Amino acid sequence: MRNLTDGRAELEVEGATIRQLVANIDAQYPGFAARLLDQDRLRLNVSVAIDGEVAPLGLLETVPPAAEVHFIAAIRGG
Amino acid sequence: MRSKTHIQTTINGEERDFLCEPRQSLLEVLRDTLNLTGTKEGCNDGNCGSCTVTLDGRLVTSCLVLAVEAEGREIGTIEGVAQGNHLHPIQKAFLENAALQCGVCTPGFIVATKVLLEKEPDPSEERIRFFLANNLCRCTGYDKIVQAVQAAALNLRGTKETQA
Amino acid sequence: MSTQYSVIGTRPIRHDGADKVTGRALYGADVQMAGLLHGFILRSPHAHARILSIDTSKAAAFPGVKAVITTHDFPAVDGNKMVDLGEGDTPLSYARGNVLAGDKVLYRGHAVAAVAAVNAHVAEEAAGLIEVVYEVLPCVLHAVDAMRSGAPLLHEDLRTTELGEATTTISNIAQHIRQSKGDIEAGFALADVIVEREFHTSTVHQGYIEPHNATALWNNDGRISIWCSTQGSFVVRDCTAAILDIPVSQIKVTPMEIGGGFGGKIPVYLEPVAALLSKKTGRPVKIVMPRQAVFEATGPTPGSYMKVKVGAKKDGSIVAAQAYLAFEAGAYPGAMVVPASMTVFAAYDIANALVDGYDVVVNKPSTAAYRAPGAPNAAFAMESVVDELALKLGIDPLDLRLRNAAKEGTRRVDGPRFPRIGCVEVLEAMKNSPHYQSPLGGPNRGRGVAIGFWFNIGLPSSCTLNVCADGNVNLIEGSTDIGGSRASIAMQAAEVLGLAAEEIHPTVVDTDSIGYTGVTGGSRTTFATGWAAYEAAQDVVRQMKERAAKLWDVKPEAVEASGGVYKSNGNSIGFKELAGRIAETGGPVVGRAAVNPRGAGGSFAGSIVDVEIDPETGKTTILRFTCVQDVGRAIHPAYVEGQMQGGSVQGIGWALNEEYFMSPDGRMMNSSFLDYRMPTALDVPMIETIIVEVPNPGHPFGVRGVGEANIVPPQAAIANAMSHATGTRFTRLPMSPPAVMEAIWCQGSSSQPS
Ligand code: FES
Ligand code: FES
Repeated sequence: MRNLTDGRAELEVEGATIRQLVANIDAQYPGFAARLLDQDRLRLNVSVAIDGEVAPLGLLETVPPAAEVHFIAAIRGG
Repeated sequence: MRSKTHIQTTINGEERDFLCEPRQSLLEVLRDTLNLTGTKEGCNDGNCGSCTVTLDGRLVTSCLVLAVEAEGREIGTIEGVAQGNHLHPIQKAFLENAALQCGVCTPGFIVATKVLLEKEPDPSEERIRFFLANNLCRCTGYDKIVQAVQAAALNLRGTKETQA
Repeated sequence: MSTQYSVIGTRPIRHDGADKVTGRALYGADVQMAGLLHGFILRSPHAHARILSIDTSKAAAFPGVKAVITTHDFPAVDGNKMVDLGEGDTPLSYARGNVLAGDKVLYRGHAVAAVAAVNAHVAEEAAGLIEVVYEVLPCVLHAVDAMRSGAPLLHEDLRTTELGEATTTISNIAQHIRQSKGDIEAGFALADVIVEREFHTSTVHQGYIEPHNATALWNNDGRISIWCSTQGSFVVRDCTAAILDIPVSQIKVTPMEIGGGFGGKIPVYLEPVAALLSKKTGRPVKIVMPRQAVFEATGPTPGSYMKVKVGAKKDGSIVAAQAYLAFEAGAYPGAMVVPASMTVFAAYDIANALVDGYDVVVNKPSTAAYRAPGAPNAAFAMESVVDELALKLGIDPLDLRLRNAAKEGTRRVDGPRFPRIGCVEVLEAMKNSPHYQSPLGGPNRGRGVAIGFWFNIGLPSSCTLNVCADGNVNLIEGSTDIGGSRASIAMQAAEVLGLAAEEIHPTVVDTDSIGYTGVTGGSRTTFATGWAAYEAAQDVVRQMKERAAKLWDVKPEAVEASGGVYKSNGNSIGFKELAGRIAETGGPVVGRAAVNPRGAGGSFAGSIVDVEIDPETGKTTILRFTCVQDVGRAIHPAYVEGQMQGGSVQGIGWALNEEYFMSPDGRMMNSSFLDYRMPTALDVPMIETIIVEVPNPGHPFGVRGVGEANIVPPQAAIANAMSHATGTRFTRLPMSPPAVMEAIWCQGSSSQPS
C-alpha cells in the first residue's frame, strides 16, 4: 500500500469512523480505497486494528480521538 | 447382488447373527449392519487402533478381520464395557483424568486398556505405553491417557483386594 | 487480579463424557438412515495433468450404481466471486475446483468424479470404470523450484500480487508481501554479531484420526440437510451454497461429533458432492474418505524454505532481524505465509526488521490451517537463529530472550502495538521451572528452549440459555466441540448464574437452530462462544431479577444477584427456587446473546526439552518435555493442560518424523499411518505443563485461546537441544534418524558447528 501513499507507512488523518478515514486518505492518495475495499466493504482478507486490537465492525467502527489505526491481514487459525 | 453368508456369533455376551459379503470387514458389519458405531474407523488398514475390539478375548483391529471370520467367535466392543448404567472403572478413569479430547480414539483405547489390566493389574508406565502403542491419539499427547490407565489400575486393584 | 471464582478453574467431568466413553457419541461417519447410498470419489493418479475427457458410461451402467457426477454437474457460477471459507476469502473457482477438478488436476489425489451406489464397495468398483484421458504435465513440488522462471505453471492465469499491487506477471507466486519496521541496514550496521541461516521444512499433515465425511439429503422441497464432521457448520453451509448456487437458507448443516481437526476440518471437500449425488438419486448419500485420500487430498500444512538473519550487540540486545519466507500453498493460493510473517519476530522487541513472504503454488494438496498456521515454521527458523546467537554471545538462551522480549506497547513488524501480553511471564516461568533448574548430564544429550506466539481471533458466536423449572439451564450453541469446549463454555455461564457446571446442559445444534457462529478454530471458541455464554447468562440474570422483583413487589433495580442468590430488602431467594416460579411470574426465561467480540488476546508458549541421540542409529529420544503457556485464565485446567500436551506432541512428531515423502512425479510415498509416522504413546514421555495466567483484559474472565500457541515452539526447542547434543545445527525438518546420521557423518566437514 505504501507505493500508493508516496512511500509513507504512516499518515495522520481525520475521521470519526474507519469509513471516513479511508475516504479521507483516498482523497489524498487516489486508489487507496480501491485497494482495501470490495465495493463498499472491507476486503475479506483485510482487518482493521484500532490501538492494537482487531475491530470486528471494519469500516463501521468509530475511531476514538488520537487512535492508532492499522490495516492488517486478517488472521484466522487452526 | 453378490451372495451373502450367514454368520452366527456372540457380541458383548449376546448371540447375534448377520448376513455379510465375503469381502466385508468385521468393522464394516459392526458399524453398518449391526449399528454398533462405537467402534470407529480411522484408517481401515490396521494402523490406528480406533477399530479395536476383542475376538475370543484377544485384541484385534476389526478392520483387518473379515466378517466371515467371526463365525462361532466371541466379540467384545466398546458398547459392552459398561455394566448397564454403571460405567466401568476404566471409563470413569478416562473421564476423571480428562483423557479424551475429540474422543474418536477413546473406544479403542478403553477396549485395549481393559485387556491390558485384566492380564496385568499393575503395569509400569513403560508397559502401558508399549501396550497402547497400537492405538493412535492425535489430540492428547497420551499423557492423560497413561494417567487414566494408571488410575484405573489402582482402582481395580483396590476393588479386587476388598473383594478378596 | 485475584478474583475468586467458584466454577472457573475447577475440573468438572465434561458434559459429553459419558457418550464418548461408551461409544454412544455419534460422529459424522456414524450417520445411518433409511435408503442411505454410499459415495466414492475417483481421484487423479497424476500430480499435474490436463483432463482431456471423462467417460462415465460404464460406471453408470454398473449394477448397484445410482448416479455419477463430474464438475460439469455443478451449476455455472461466477468463479471470481469471493467466498469466505472460514480461513479468509478464496475465489469460488478455487473452492469449487478443489472439490471436483475442472479442466486440470493439480495434485495426485485431486477429486475428478464421484459415484453413488448401494454400498461403498460397489461405488469404489464402479469408480474404477470411469475412463479419464489425461495429458500428463510436468509437476513442481517445492517452493524454490516453483518460483523459478520456466517452472511448470499450475494456473495459467495466476498473476502475482506484488506488495499488494496486481501485476501482469504470470507465475506460481500468488503473492509477495513485505512487512517492515525501522531501517534494516542501519540496524545490522549496529550489530556486533550476526547469525544467518537457511531452513527447510517438509509438508506435514494435521493427522486427525477421524477421516473426513459427509452425508447429504436433497429433499423433495428443495432443502438440503447435511450431517458432517466439521470445525464450522456455518462455513460448510455458506460454502456449499456458493458452490451449488443456492441460498444459504436452503441448507441445514448438523455438525456431528468430530474426531479431531486442528484446522484441517475447516475446508469443504465432500459436502457439495454428497448433496449433488443426493439430488440426482433422491436418496441420502454418505461419503467417507479413505485414509489415503485424507493424506493425498486434504489440507496438509505448507512446506517452506526460509532464511533468517538476526544481529545483536555484545550485550545481547537484538538490533535487526530479517526474514525471507517462501511457503508452499499446494494447489491453490493461500499458504499461511501472512501469519508466518506476522509471527516470526513477534516474541521480540526489535527496532529494525524486514520480512518478505511468498505464497507459492505447487503440485501438492491445497494446504489448510494446522494449529497456529505458519507460525511453527517461522519459529523453527527464528528460534534456531536466536539459540545460535545466545551461544555466540555466551548468554543463557532464556536471558537473551528476556532481554529482548516483546511487552505491552511493543510494535510488531506488521504495525500494531501489542496489548497486555505474557511473553516475559512465560520466559520467567520457563527459567524458574524445575525442568530448567535441573541438571542434565550424560553423553549425547542436550537441552533446548524456544518460545512462540499465536494470535487469537474473535468472530461471531451465538448462545441461548433456557431456564428449566428445576433450576438447571440448557445451553444451546453452535461451536463444534473438538476438545471439551462444551464444558469450558458451560462453565462460564455457570459462573455468572451461580450454578454448578453440571447444572448447565450444553448442546451443539444445527445451523437452523442457533445464530451464526464462526469456526471452532483460531483459538476462539472458549474466548468468543464463552463470551456469548457469559452475555446470555447476564441476560438471564437480568430477567430473573425482574421475576424476583415481581414476587416481592419491588423494582427490578432494587434486586441484587450474587452467587446465584437474589436479594432485596431482606428478601432472599436462590436461583433454583426462583426458577420454580418463572411460570407464574411471566413464563419462560430465555437468555440470548450474539457477539462479535474484539479483545482477542494473543498467547505465548514456551518449550523446554531434553533429548538423547543414539549416535549409532540417529534416533532421538525425548527425555523430558515441559510446555509453558500464557492462557489468560484457565477455565478448565485439565483441558487446558490437554491442549498444551497435545500441541507439544504434535510438535514433537513434526520435529522428528513427520513428512510427506514425494516421488519426483508427485506421488506421496507414505500415505498411511504406518509410513507417515505420528508419535505413539511409546515415543513420548509425560508432558509437563506450567500454566501461566496473565488475564486478557479483553475478556470478562481474562480468557486467552489456548489451542494453538503450544505447537509453535517445540520444533525449534528440539532442534536446539539436538544441536547441543551433537554440536551440529539442524536446519531441516523433520530431523529423522537418517537426517541425524547424515548430520553426524558430515560433522567433520561441516563449517558451522553451533
Ligand atoms: S481403522 Fe482399523 S486400525 Fe485403523
Ligand atoms: S482424543 Fe482425539 S484422537 Fe484421541
